[in-house]
Amino acid sequence: MSGRARRLPIALSIVALTGVSFAAEIPLAERRSGYELMSQETRAMQDDDTANPGMLGVLEGGALWARKAGAAGRACADCHGDARQSMKGVAARYPAYDAALKRPVNLEQRINVCRTERQQAPTLAYESRELLALTAYVARQSRGMPIDITADARTQPFLDGGRAAFYRRQGQLNLACSQCHDDQWGRKLAGNVIPQAHPTGYPVYRLEWQSLGSLQRRLRNCLVGIRAEPYEYGAPELVDLELFLMWRARGMAIETPAVRP
Amino acid sequence: MANALINVPDRARRGEIIEIKTLISHPMETGYRRSQLGARIPRDIVRLFVCTYNGTEVFRAELHPAIAANPFFVFSTVATESGTLAFQWTGDNGFSATETATITVD
Repeated sequence: MSGRARRLPIALSIVALTGVSFAAEIPLAERRSGYELMSQETRAMQDDDTANPGMLGVLEGGALWARKAGAAGRACADCHGDARQSMKGVAARYPAYDAALKRPVNLEQRINVCRTERQQAPTLAYESRELLALTAYVARQSRGMPIDITADARTQPFLDGGRAAFYRRQGQLNLACSQCHDDQWGRKLAGNVIPQAHPTGYPVYRLEWQSLGSLQRRLRNCLVGIRAEPYEYGAPELVDLELFLMWRARGMAIETPAVRP
Repeated sequence: MANALINVPDRARRGEIIEIKTLISHPMETGYRRSQLGARIPRDIVRLFVCTYNGTEVFRAELHPAIAANPFFVFSTVATESGTLAFQWTGDNGFSATETATITVD
C-alpha cells in the first residue's frame, strides 16, 4: 500500500509532462481550413455564390462602396476606384501595421479610419450591418489568395502578444486556445467538430448566428465559452490575437465570405 | 432595399427542366423572442413567395415563423418559351421585393 502511494506522485508528474509535450504547433502541411471539417451540405452552400448567404452582405457592401458618405461627400470608389482591382489581396495582408496609430489595425478598423479621415463620416459600429457588408465586400476581392501577414520588427511585438494570448490559460475553465485548436482539433466538443482556428473566411456567415459576423465576434464567443471576460470589440488584445491567427494561417487561401456551422 | 440573389440559366432547350435558385436578405424575426428587457420582439417575416413565368404562376411558397433568416428556395420548372421569370416576396410590415430574370428558350 505504501509503495503504491509513493508511486502516485511519479505517475502524476508523467501525466503532467506528456500534457506539456502535447501542446505543439500544427505543422504547416497539416493545417486544415474549417471548410474541410464541414459537412457536404455546408460546403456546397459556401461554394455556390447564389446559395451562400454571405454574398448578400457582399452585394450590400458593393452598393456601400459606391455610395457617397460624410462631410467630404466622397465614396470609397472615388479614391479607390474599382475594388476588384484596388482591393485585390488587401484582406490577405490584414491586420496590418498602421504607422500613425503605431500598432496593427484590422480591416474593420482600417475602413473606419478611412471613414473618419478621408470621408469625414462617423465610424461604423462594430458588427453593424454596414461595416460587415463593406468588410465582406473588400475581403471578397482576395478570395483564393494566400494569407500574407508581414512579420517584421514593427509587428513582431504584437504578434508575440497574440501568440502569448493563444497559449495562455484563461477564464474559469482555465483553458488556452491552443488546448482545443492545436491539441484537440478534429475531435468533438458538444457535438461540434473542433476546427484548427484558421481565420480564412472572415467575415463569415455563421449558420448559428444567421448573419455575417467578424473574427472578433467569434473570438469573443470562444472567450465566453471558456468563461473568460471577453475583450471589447476593437480591443488591442483582440487585434493582436487576430494578427497571430492570420500569421498562423499564412499561405492558406482566403475564402470570404465563408459559411460556417 | 432588399437584396436578393437569383440564379436562372440564361438559355435552355424547350421542354428542359430548369433549376431556379433564389436567396433573399431578410431577418425572419419569429415574434416569439423577447428583448433583454423582456419586451416581445414583433414578428417580421416573409409570408409569401411567388414565381411567375411570363405571367403564369409556376411556384408559390407560404412561409411561417421558425424559417431561418435569409430564406433560400430551390425549385424547378419546365422551360416552355423565352421570356421573363418574376419573383415576388411579400411579408410583415409591408415588406415587398420583386426581382426578374430573363431566359432564352430554343
